[in-house]
Amino acid sequence: MIATFSSATDLPPISAPDIEYSLLAPVFIIAGVAVLGVIVEAFWPRSSRFLVQAGLAVVGIVAAFADTIWVFTDLDKLDGSRLARGQVAAEGALAVDGPGVFAWGILLIFGFLSMLLFAERRLEGGLSGFTGRAADAPGSASEAEAIKHRVEHTEVFPLALFALVGMMLFATSNDLLTMFVALEVLSLPLYLLCGLARRRRLMSQEAALKYFLLGAFSSVFFLYGIALTYGYAGSFRLSDIDVAVTNRTGGENMLLAATALMAVGLLFKIGAVPFHTWTPDVYQGAPTPVTAFMAAGTKAAAFLALLRVFFVAFGGSSWDWRPIIVAVAIITMFLGAVVSISQTDVKRMLAYSSIAHAGFLLVGFVGAYAGAKDSSRITSTSSILFYLTVYGVSSIGAFAVVTLVRDSGGETTHLSKWAGLGKTSPVLAGSFALFMLSFAGIPLTGGFIGKWTVFSAAWSGGFWWLVVIGVLVSALAAYFYVRVIVLMFFTEPVGEGPTVAVPSVLTTTVLAVAVIATLGLGIIPGPLLDLAQHAGAFVR
Amino acid sequence: MILSILAATPIAGAVLLALLPREPAPHHRAKYVALGVSLITLVLSLVVMAKFDQDAGGYQLTEKHEWIKVFGAYYSLGVNGIGITLILLTTILTPIVILAAFGDRLPDPKSTNAYFAWMLAVEGLAIGAFAATDAFLFYVLFEATLIPLYFLIGSFGGPNRSYAAVKFLIYNLVGGLLMLASIVGLYVISARQGDASFLLSDLQNLDFSTNTERLLFLGFMAAFAIKAPLWPLHTWLPDAAGQATPGTSVLMVSVIDKIGTFGMIRWCLGLFPGASDWASPVVIVLAVISILYGALLAIGQDDIRRLIAFTSVSHFGFIILGIFAFTTTSLAGSTLYMFNHGLSTAALFLVTGMMIARRGSARISDFGGVQKIAPIMSGVLLVAGLSSLSLPGLAPFISEFLVLAGTFTRSIPAAAFATLGIVLAALYILIMYQRVMTGPLKAGNEGVSDLDHREMASLTPAIILIVGLGFFPQPLLNVINPAIDEVISHVGKGDPAPKTPVQIDESATQEGGHG
Repeated sequence: MIATFSSATDLPPISAPDIEYSLLAPVFIIAGVAVLGVIVEAFWPRSSRFLVQAGLAVVGIVAAFADTIWVFTDLDKLDGSRLARGQVAAEGALAVDGPGVFAWGILLIFGFLSMLLFAERRLEGGLSGFTGRAADAPGSASEAEAIKHRVEHTEVFPLALFALVGMMLFATSNDLLTMFVALEVLSLPLYLLCGLARRRRLMSQEAALKYFLLGAFSSVFFLYGIALTYGYAGSFRLSDIDVAVTNRTGGENMLLAATALMAVGLLFKIGAVPFHTWTPDVYQGAPTPVTAFMAAGTKAAAFLALLRVFFVAFGGSSWDWRPIIVAVAIITMFLGAVVSISQTDVKRMLAYSSIAHAGFLLVGFVGAYAGAKDSSRITSTSSILFYLTVYGVSSIGAFAVVTLVRDSGGETTHLSKWAGLGKTSPVLAGSFALFMLSFAGIPLTGGFIGKWTVFSAAWSGGFWWLVVIGVLVSALAAYFYVRVIVLMFFTEPVGEGPTVAVPSVLTTTVLAVAVIATLGLGIIPGPLLDLAQHAGAFVR
Repeated sequence: MILSILAATPIAGAVLLALLPREPAPHHRAKYVALGVSLITLVLSLVVMAKFDQDAGGYQLTEKHEWIKVFGAYYSLGVNGIGITLILLTTILTPIVILAAFGDRLPDPKSTNAYFAWMLAVEGLAIGAFAATDAFLFYVLFEATLIPLYFLIGSFGGPNRSYAAVKFLIYNLVGGLLMLASIVGLYVISARQGDASFLLSDLQNLDFSTNTERLLFLGFMAAFAIKAPLWPLHTWLPDAAGQATPGTSVLMVSVIDKIGTFGMIRWCLGLFPGASDWASPVVIVLAVISILYGALLAIGQDDIRRLIAFTSVSHFGFIILGIFAFTTTSLAGSTLYMFNHGLSTAALFLVTGMMIARRGSARISDFGGVQKIAPIMSGVLLVAGLSSLSLPGLAPFISEFLVLAGTFTRSIPAAAFATLGIVLAALYILIMYQRVMTGPLKAGNEGVSDLDHREMASLTPAIILIVGLGFFPQPLLNVINPAIDEVISHVGKGDPAPKTPVQIDESATQEGGHG
């Protein structure tokens, strides 16, 4: 006992982990800025803290994005397998590969646009859309006092950046433990952000609680899946699991259980049926900028993780999981489309629409078409990357419109209040109509190209009949998007009608970017498609 | 390049109109800008016509640029005889429609700019669709036409307009999306057999298995049959035409619906000749049902606009019958019919639209004896109506005759039943004319004034063309026929040999004559 204590030379040598700092710099930048934000929160005077926090977040994201571009162009120099480019980094914890870095890029773009919405202060008379003091009970005297003193929560920026770090890690994690940690890092700040709405605080808090409880529940499923996978494969590394799955001779039951449990956790995050029930409540209750961030970011990160787990780790057992995912995809598309028809609240409608889109994305996913070396045919991965980009940008745009349509009680999300919007403010209604057309997949919008790519990936994977189902559900889904257009343009306003707040340059920028991207990706999708296609496959 | 300019001119005009500041009523500037743009487009289309070599055949005035490399989609345009005929129809009708729409009373007069901008957008997209020689480009333009038409119906129509607009959009979207599935399939098959390409010329060289070809065909055909519209997929048309303004109805029925029948020729017959042949018995039966059903329902209508919509269902039946009879005669007849039906329906919709606007009702039973107070209007309605029932001497007669003559050599029962449609056509037009125009002047019609100069100016070109082509259709047939020969030889059926012995040598019979 004493001997082991006395001599340090008896210890096995502990080598410092080898971290590829230059490759991982975008993640470090965002994490660093988030930590810096916490410090600012503690030491900066309250009067100018909001601007500093917002500026810091935006600058950090822009810097990280610039670095992401650099990393992406540098991927070509790294080794990779036949189709994949990039390498496994941080001692095997992360996989910095084409799809992963592409996902960093789009996540940072979503983050950037969301931060602009976070920082919008003109709509609430010079205050942000977040509650002044979350600790006050809704309707209490101290809340009134907080409002009177114009208190603001500036922690929302570091929180969002932590969530962004989690998303970036989630999209590139190469072992299941890292993936779980990333999942929690991305979720916890979002649970909190959901409860911070300035208006309708009870609903917002309810949304946060629901999201937290159900999210924690699904995380446990995910964790149990990880445990079973470890028991089956003896490793957390995706590539080791792949070897175990591909060379399996038995133990089917444990593999199936592990796959199913992990699928539950991941499908929850993307909002696929039957794990979707949190989506409408949370989307409706959360502050709209947070909803925008969640709708675009969480879905993108979770889809990347889903692809990585199922294509890399469980690729060898695809015959086992594909039938189930096909069923999930069909139910998700169908339910999302049908239920949204009966919605009367814009945010809930967009929530169900996001469920339907998860279904369409799953159609591309089950195709599991990995491409061939000498063919430029759209792969499942690149189709999903493209779809996520278009969907995310249009979603953020749509939610930005939601923040602008207001009455005396804040945002008016009831659809009947949107009647006649096309007459009072044609530009705003026109951009919302454009996002709706893009969601519906009408040509000349990015949504059409996105639909096209996921369908072609599914067909390439042999699921032509799923494509036919997909297009029929698209028609169904189109009905409710069109309904909104009818309401805005062809219906007379009821009573006073909504007022449209004049936003500051921030929200205007978000709207302009979303409109230009939605149209541009519909007319000239070539460059982005090439980029997505060039991202290649996942490294192992 | 000229085709791009031709398609871009109305689009640019639409953008210009959208950007023009709204001015107080009567909004003359927007109207004249729209008319001017459409006239420039007409002139450009005549230039295209002049450059088009009738005898050379094939696709001419082509242009091709890579568009979306990963998809193999090209921005590729070109016209053959069929395409240029329909482009000409579009460019002739648009100024007529715009001039006639000067007097339309819009629900919101402030939106005059938007009204004419959407019309020009329809024109530009339609020209693009007729000229596209890349399946992906065609699809995008074909579907994009829905957006302006949707807004035209939904924003500017009658009281039930939003229902009609949604029904129109959803019906067409279902068809369009089924076609999307086929387009995706074409991509995958084409990528498997080499580099992906959506060029018509490359797609025609693909090898399909029989079943694949049939499935892909069904996707395309579903879209075109809904668009055309073929019974039983027609129900959106009467609703849409019943609510839309006359100008919108003309653009919808005379121009956009033609993309459906045009698509059958270029894409169904062009890409899937085997499957088209396989499906032809069913399509022919549906076409004959369309002819009779459309005619019978037209007789029973009290709403003039719905009546015209049902006559169109019947006429589209003839066009589709001619296409799927696979003879040079019937196919040439169908193509000519597309042009003529466009003219005659335009004249009918516009003149009845003027009547309805004056009377404030579209019900036939509300009219009576109008001839006495509005003789010119009554005359125009008579000519337009007679052209719709294919009176010899007016343009549609020639085309209907060619369709029936061609069909007789393929299927006598189909042709015999289709001929009944002509008899029914006489009923629905003449009964309508009689009730509306003849007899004593019915109370409530006193305010119906005769056509003014602007309205006459808009209708005259249509009437002149209807009469002129009725006597002398050959210039148009000269343009159409070379293209038809190519289609028929591509389908590989050839004209059936006459059953009665003829005193000509064997080779002439094989070639097949025209008409």
